Amino acid sequence: MTTPKTNTGANRVAGKGRLSPSRTVSFTFDGKRLNAIEGDTLASALLANGIHLAGRSFKYHRPRGILAAGAEEPNALIEISRDNARRQPNVRATVQEVFDGMIAKSQNRFPSLEFDVGAVNDGLGRFFPAGFYYKTFMWPQKAWDKLYEPVIRNAAGLGEAPTEADPDHYANRYEHCEVLVIGGGPAGLAAALTAAQSGKRVMLVDENAEFGGSLLADAESTIDNQPASQWADAAYRTLSSLENVTLLNRTTAFGYYSQNMVTLVQRVTEHMARPDPDLPRERLWQVRAQQVILATGSIERHLVFPDNDRPGIMMASAAQVYLNRYGVIPGSNVAVYTACDSAWQAAFDLKEAGVNIPVIIDLREGVDAALLERATKLGIKVKTGHAVTGTSGRLRVRSIKIEPVNGTGAHEIAVDCLLMSGGWTPSVHLFSQSRGRVAFDEKTGAFLPDIYMDECESIGACNGTFDLGELLVEAQAAAVNAVASCGVKLRKPKAPKVENAPSMSGFHIGAAKGAGPDDFTKAFIDFQNDVTAKDIRLAVREGFHSIEHVKRYTTTGMATDQGKMSNMHGLAIAADTLGKSIPEVGLTTFRAPFTPVTFGALIGHARGELFDVTRRTPMHGWAEENGAVFEDVGNWKRAWYYPQTGEDMAAAVARECKTTREIAGIFDASTLGKIEVVGPDAVKFMNMMYTNPWDKLAVGRCRYGIMCREDGFIYDDGVVARLAEDRFHVTTTTGGAPRVLNMMEDYLQTEFPDWKVWLTSTSEQWAVIAVNGPKAREIIEPLVEGIDLANEAKPHMSVSHGKICGVETRLMRISFTGETGFEINVPADYGRSVWEAIWERGSKLGMCAYGTETMHVLRAEKGYIIVGQDTDGTVSPKDAGVAWAVGKKKTDFVGIKGMQRPDLIGPNRRELVGLKTLDPKVVLEEGAQIVDNPNHPVPMPMIGHVTSSYWSENLGHSIALALVENGHGRTGEKIFIPMPDETIAAEICSPIFFDPEGGRING
Amino acid sequence: MVEAATRLYPLTGREFAGNGVNMRPLDGEHERISLRADDVAVAGLGAAIGLELPTKPGGVALADGLSALWLGPDEWLIMAEKGAGIEDKLNSVTTGLYSVVSINHRNMAILVYGANAVNALNGGCPRDLSLEAFPAGTCSRTIIGKAEVVLWRTDTHSFHVECWRSFSDYVWKFLVEAARCA
Amino acid sequence: MLLIHCPYCEEDRPELEFHGEGEAHIERPSNMAELSNEDFEKFFFIRENQKGIVFERWRHLHGCGRFFNAVRHSVSDKFIATYKAGEKKPKLKKAEIDRVAPPAKNTPANEPVWTVGKEDGDRS
Repeated sequence: MTTPKTNTGANRVAGKGRLSPSRTVSFTFDGKRLNAIEGDTLASALLANGIHLAGRSFKYHRPRGILAAGAEEPNALIEISRDNARRQPNVRATVQEVFDGMIAKSQNRFPSLEFDVGAVNDGLGRFFPAGFYYKTFMWPQKAWDKLYEPVIRNAAGLGEAPTEADPDHYANRYEHCEVLVIGGGPAGLAAALTAAQSGKRVMLVDENAEFGGSLLADAESTIDNQPASQWADAAYRTLSSLENVTLLNRTTAFGYYSQNMVTLVQRVTEHMARPDPDLPRERLWQVRAQQVILATGSIERHLVFPDNDRPGIMMASAAQVYLNRYGVIPGSNVAVYTACDSAWQAAFDLKEAGVNIPVIIDLREGVDAALLERATKLGIKVKTGHAVTGTSGRLRVRSIKIEPVNGTGAHEIAVDCLLMSGGWTPSVHLFSQSRGRVAFDEKTGAFLPDIYMDECESIGACNGTFDLGELLVEAQAAAVNAVASCGVKLRKPKAPKVENAPSMSGFHIGAAKGAGPDDFTKAFIDFQNDVTAKDIRLAVREGFHSIEHVKRYTTTGMATDQGKMSNMHGLAIAADTLGKSIPEVGLTTFRAPFTPVTFGALIGHARGELFDVTRRTPMHGWAEENGAVFEDVGNWKRAWYYPQTGEDMAAAVARECKTTREIAGIFDASTLGKIEVVGPDAVKFMNMMYTNPWDKLAVGRCRYGIMCREDGFIYDDGVVARLAEDRFHVTTTTGGAPRVLNMMEDYLQTEFPDWKVWLTSTSEQWAVIAVNGPKAREIIEPLVEGIDLANEAKPHMSVSHGKICGVETRLMRISFTGETGFEINVPADYGRSVWEAIWERGSKLGMCAYGTETMHVLRAEKGYIIVGQDTDGTVSPKDAGVAWAVGKKKTDFVGIKGMQRPDLIGPNRRELVGLKTLDPKVVLEEGAQIVDNPNHPVPMPMIGHVTSSYWSENLGHSIALALVENGHGRTGEKIFIPMPDETIAAEICSPIFFDPEGGRING
Repeated sequence: MVEAATRLYPLTGREFAGNGVNMRPLDGEHERISLRADDVAVAGLGAAIGLELPTKPGGVALADGLSALWLGPDEWLIMAEKGAGIEDKLNSVTTGLYSVVSINHRNMAILVYGANAVNALNGGCPRDLSLEAFPAGTCSRTIIGKAEVVLWRTDTHSFHVECWRSFSDYVWKFLVEAARCA
Repeated sequence: MLLIHCPYCEEDRPELEFHGEGEAHIERPSNMAELSNEDFEKFFFIRENQKGIVFERWRHLHGCGRFFNAVRHSVSDKFIATYKAGEKKPKLKKAEIDRVAPPAKNTPANEPVWTVGKEDGDRS
């Protein structure tokens, strides 16, 4: 069978790489249609098609190419989209796999990548020194809003966020394992293979699509007589067959938290052309591991020399990855500039694949004889003790300038690609996040794990062990240790036989020859934030001596790549300028996340209706069907008002208020907190928790209780019913229920553990139907069994057990309206049915349903406070005018001392009063400040504020409650409420506006 | 004659099956008691309902149509099929001190079962639900997403998830979403 | 997310099940009504808030519901022990404290180094 041959790029080398050339996909880059092979990253696909130019830099808008082949990539940030809503800016081309139909767009350029007007900044480079923003946008102050901020905002940032809501969903998973291995390179695979033999739960995660890490690009080494990549494939197959092993590819461990909690983000559908809509786009794993093995590898450093950022200049190891994994060559005439042996192997690999290697330039004078010999054998020219001191080429490197390190005499050679290597920086990010301490190792020029603070171990390159043979043994030993800590003894495994592993030695940190110290040379250390060697030097000269300050002033390492490649260079140049050693200067702190994480992944399931719990009462459905408008009270949805046709809120509330006082109203009070207090010490406990005395409350009677904290301020309130000598039914405010129970439990468990009393939340056991108004009794009477509702038999503030509509009820005669009132508690699942029965009867008699707004108005007409509205945590019972609820003879209760503190009994307390506006039609604004003299020059002394304010239809004027300094003694005095457009005058009055004698409540 | 009220459960009619997870609400005339007791009363209370109250953390005791779940050192959730009359039986105990409170309508149960049930639950429950750490016959109060639940593993792949009535809609929807992408 | 050993459930449990409840071993005076203002201030307002070993209260709110105490290092976040409410403050051995203490300040570290030269002053 023959398949029509699709052109997947001129730079593909037949027979190289791990992809299957027949499986092609197509995508667009800046509108141009290109083909790729399934498994390609966007970077490999672009390189295959001869495209190096991938973006423009952040500050200077310099053309930038693909630099690396992994997560550290600072340059090739691309916008990837499927459709308008699924558009992701700042995706690293080196990580994103190409899928069929992918739309890729370069960023930070206008009008096009090849011609970008922002590039004028490059010519102005002298005017963009370190700390440019701090120095330039300082004054005048006024220019901030109008000029600087808009300009900066426009110029800043990479990519464009989508404006449509994210249609994808994201999953969360909590997971536990005994051994978590992070990094699926040679060390990680070896560790997982060994640990898996314990039978314990082992997880192995790797950010790449394939496991194998460096082995996949290693054409030289053999392990146990197999080519390295085949050994990796075999290891992967073995691990996938084991039930106790979880393998997660395309998964980045980005955070390491206390006690071995590691967070991973798994990219589930990012590589799929048409993902199943049920699949989450990403899954956040929160893994708790007994032991963590860090096999996070290392990142190759670039070299710092003038104009080291042209497209076509890339990392030597990246070229090896593109060749050996993707079968792609980065150019046809490729020079290599290095201070590390590993780049020589890249040159050899390319040469053997047919690429011309005009020269290998090594900063070092002495290079291993074997490397020199092989170069000679392959016919590659070698320049040791030399440096690259310049490059040319606008959109792609065209030539390089070579000079001896010690001496002069430059010459230029033509290239279409330059590979570089300054050696390897161990990835100690996660180790650092685990709060471990690193130490500088002079031999490898790297910070290495030193002091461990959590149950983890670093192995392989991230531990400074670069030799393949050595690191496999180290990995096995770490795995044996890890499972031993989980109680499984393993025998020491046989060390794998490693041959032909390339050397990784040699390094250079900091500026190389030619990178300054003049002020013009652009020798980049941080590609993404456009920070050059001279910027670091300038920062130090200007007095920034701490590396943390240098970092922030120059912004080095502060881009989305967090300086994975640049930090060591910045540090070395700062140290050099300061005349100090690298360890003396220290390293900046590594923080989570290791690579950028989407908000979606972090939010997980908590979106839309799962953003938070929405609590609904048993009667919610009825309210909905009857047109209620709801308001949020804590997590509850409460019926706010019930507008009839043509009514606005004010009209509905006015009608509900009037109807309830004239006939009756029915109200859903189910959200009230309820606590059952049971036990022989129940009274003793109530006496301690509430300011009121409870000994004399008879069984079958109710009392309004106030609870304070030790500071003497009101904490909560509610009606308490005594059901038996040893049993109370306590109600709390809707929002206060959990904290009241918590405080009660706290005292009970920690201060009075010997008291024989237990607390049970019954908030949701009971649906509460409040029926208030002159006809309340008449309405419910026929539905009730076993309770005499006559006024004498069932007076105000009493509770009875009986039946309503055939089901159990705790029927309380209490009122929050000042009318005859009943609160009918029925088991929650019966709530709606009982409500409907009462409605059926009541509505015929003219009863209305009312919501929380009417409830608020009616209680304010009676001066009943709402904790949290008329109190704010600084109001004592005395301030609130409810000192009568504080037991005078009690010797102890929570708050007894607090409310006697000098400030609480001293003068000038703000006290709760009523306010009547002089213009009865004016309704004050809640929260408005109150003053004595509105003509006082600003700042005016404020003497209080409005806490509640409503239009009272029943009274025909507005009413308000307020906290006013010395208010209790100021009845009849005039005060003022200054508003933006007018000053409102009001008179202090009693907070009880309606039926002050209280006759109706006992009717 | 007054028409008797009808009991309406919050999740009636809901059902989910997919991705190796099955869910249904457990409606029905169950009894549920929050039992609190001092050490002296424990033996007598157990005897009154015909089982031994578990005293080990996470323990569950089963008797005919009856289950007792350890929730805290002095706290049990007692569940019974209708008609068991456990409230009265418990209240008849005269040794020791205790508190019996019916929470029959406060709580609501969702049954979650299937090969992928653990993964769905671990979408929002931070506990290690491996059989080693949380064997069948274990219970615990814990959380799922932003809701508190009592989780009882009735079998290797079956869980009884007990939550407060007004949280049940959230817990249900959360588990459906978690099951879908587990 | 911390992992906290509940002394009642006898198991390590995720922090999400717990609620922090402030400093431990502050006993409510039994003569509260007669307390002097100074003593009330000490009881109600003054807290150690120590950098280092702290004794603190937790509640296993979404678990067994019990309040208990813990000894923890407030910099490393590591626990030395948890114990039931009402139990005495444990006497700590030096080795137990050393085990949870973070490495000394001048260990070469990824901690920001503020004292590059004397001229930079100290970090307090």
